[in-house]
Amino acid sequence: MKKLMIGNEAIARGAYEAGVKVVCSYPGTPSTEITEFCAKYPEMNCQWGPNEKVSVEVAFGAAMTGARALSCMKHVGVNVAADPLFTAAYTGVNGGLVIACADDPFMHSSQNEQDSRMIARSAHIPMLEPADSQECLDYMKLAYQLSEEYDTPVFLRLTTRLAHSRSPVEVGERENVALKPYEKDTMKYVMMPGMARKRHVYVEEREKKMAKDASSMAVNRMEIRDQKLGVVCAGVVYQYVREALPEASVLKLGLSYPLPEDMIREFAGKVEKLIVVEELEPVFENAIKAMGIQVSGKDKTGLQGELSAAKIKKCFGAGGDVPEEASLPARPPVLCPGCPHRATFFAMKRLGLTVFGDIGCYTLCALPPVSLMDSALCMGASVGMAHGAEKARGKEFSKKAVAVLGDSTFIHSGITPLIDAVYGGASTTTIILDNRITGMTGHQQNPASGKNILGDPAPQLNLEALCEAIGATVRVCDPQNLSEFTQILKEETAADHVSVIIARRPCALLDKKKTEPCHIEDCRNCGACMKLGCPALQRKKDSVTIDHTLCVGCGLCKQVCPFKAIKGGQEE
Amino acid sequence: MKNTNIIIVGVGGQGILLTSKILGYLALDMGENVKVSEVHGMSQRGGSVITHVRIGQEVHSPLIDAGEADFVLSFEKLEALRAEHFLNGQGVLISNTQEILPMPVIMGAAAYPGEQPKGRETVLLDALSLAETAGNAKAVNIVLLGVLSRYMEWPEAKWETAIAACVPPKTLEVNLRAFKAGRQA
Repeated sequence: MKKLMIGNEAIARGAYEAGVKVVCSYPGTPSTEITEFCAKYPEMNCQWGPNEKVSVEVAFGAAMTGARALSCMKHVGVNVAADPLFTAAYTGVNGGLVIACADDPFMHSSQNEQDSRMIARSAHIPMLEPADSQECLDYMKLAYQLSEEYDTPVFLRLTTRLAHSRSPVEVGERENVALKPYEKDTMKYVMMPGMARKRHVYVEEREKKMAKDASSMAVNRMEIRDQKLGVVCAGVVYQYVREALPEASVLKLGLSYPLPEDMIREFAGKVEKLIVVEELEPVFENAIKAMGIQVSGKDKTGLQGELSAAKIKKCFGAGGDVPEEASLPARPPVLCPGCPHRATFFAMKRLGLTVFGDIGCYTLCALPPVSLMDSALCMGASVGMAHGAEKARGKEFSKKAVAVLGDSTFIHSGITPLIDAVYGGASTTTIILDNRITGMTGHQQNPASGKNILGDPAPQLNLEALCEAIGATVRVCDPQNLSEFTQILKEETAADHVSVIIARRPCALLDKKKTEPCHIEDCRNCGACMKLGCPALQRKKDSVTIDHTLCVGCGLCKQVCPFKAIKGGQEE
Repeated sequence: MKNTNIIIVGVGGQGILLTSKILGYLALDMGENVKVSEVHGMSQRGGSVITHVRIGQEVHSPLIDAGEADFVLSFEKLEALRAEHFLNGQGVLISNTQEILPMPVIMGAAAYPGEQPKGRETVLLDALSLAETAGNAKAVNIVLLGVLSRYMEWPEAKWETAIAACVPPKTLEVNLRAFKAGRQA
């Protein structure tokens, strides 16, 4: 019987069947589950890297020395990994190297909706785009063949609707891939100018050859139906097109870079009107126009968000308007009951601080009722931005400002800006929300959590010692102890040195200790506790009530109640 | 033959992904093709969650467009209202009557809507009470799956096999009771 798999699980299965030996990734929605599923196969050595750049370097080192290797990341992670990737395109590989990269059109869980196909083009790295879970598995195997045959890293591009959609998959056996011999080759792997100039010539030749070969690759295929309309598309968009325009002829691109020019010309010659249907940037459309072929599509489909069958029908005259969602109160995601970030942000809000925020669950604190975040840019940006603001506005500004980021985000990209702040003589304050896990992506271990991807013990990064070695003054406090934490926050923001406050308390979803829920007696309905934004608290006409099925008894509301009306829960 | 399109909605943490996984498993077991679309990540932190389940011999898109769903299965009342527009003209709406207040309502910035969700055919039931009677308040999802099962032609034993294949073994007994409660409600 076939198995129902999300795209990410099928990619992991494909890696397994392709004989992959080494996997190193940094979690990021919608790519995270690939590496988690990989870790279920003991034949593959899997690890969470500290960021995407290091992860790609680990995978590249494995590939250069003869193993098949994989690194997975979300689209913005590719930016972090761009440095090794752009030059790995020059060196090529030994064992196959695949980078699974998950784009997020509509930004379900992201800060931008950049299109990785443009990175493939600028890095000169071939890119495959599967259209369902079976193709995820099949294309992974193909990706390793192409990587080794053409001596290049290969991108496998996903989008959210593919990564997180289940469809049936026929699984196979693992191919026994022997470690390839490793021989020192400075002309290939040492990219000094003299060598790199020669490699660049090779890169261009490789790409030309692959573009020629692409027209006879089975993953690029013409489906000729009614020849009035021909549609070029790839990935999950192919599925929408088949649904919306069932009679149209289709050129389905499995290899979305480099493009099969000969096949595109042949297809264009077979149809009366040629259109491209693609999400985000007009990558195919511009490339086809550059071939001198008349084509359109982006003027109708637009540059933002996801496509759907209904949207395609509407764009190309096959359907009308669809019913719209009623206007109703939104249900935004919220911090969980007992979340330690709630206490940290409450303390900061009381002091009226400017908050340079970062990427994690705590980004939700930008929303009401906490509404306390001035910026969220990219992984680790908070620390450098606080430093930059001090350079612009002076040391007094830093006395009312903080940078806030999670433990995993700090390890990912917060360490170097902290070094810069100390080196630059700044007096910034950085709060590391140390909840002992990578929370938002669904609880992945990291170097500070003391466990590896399998949950087995691993050497634990000492955040205090690290920050002290950098030259920062370090304070450690449980933010749930609101008065002590607030005092430390006052002292360190006022201080004339670089401070790091480690707000340490485990993620509420991991803290399995059972505590009795809180309850309210003689509530005066002043509303002080409602400023916490805890989903377990509800304000009724005469009093606030606590939902005992949601409350985990963290007792934070008890600490902020001016009338001591809240009882039970954890002791302070 | 036409595909069967099922939208499942609720609040993060209500077991929506598990429910769609059971349906997917069952459809495959019955020899159908199936696609299930989920959204992971931030939506799990108590936000609105939606999954699309498409069953039939030939399924292309993993998404159901507005006006194309045969069923909306909702674990919470406001979320049922939010998903109503997915129903086609013949669509059946099955919803838990439980109200879980979203943050704008908790803060007093918005009011919880008073109207009842409806489809061409509507089943509203207190799935929370039925789940509690079955032995666990968290089995709301399986109670509602039981209601849905009345509209599908698949044999009861196949549903039970699919549930057994997808839920943690120690919760199986409670879940099977919850399923029966929904099927007979």
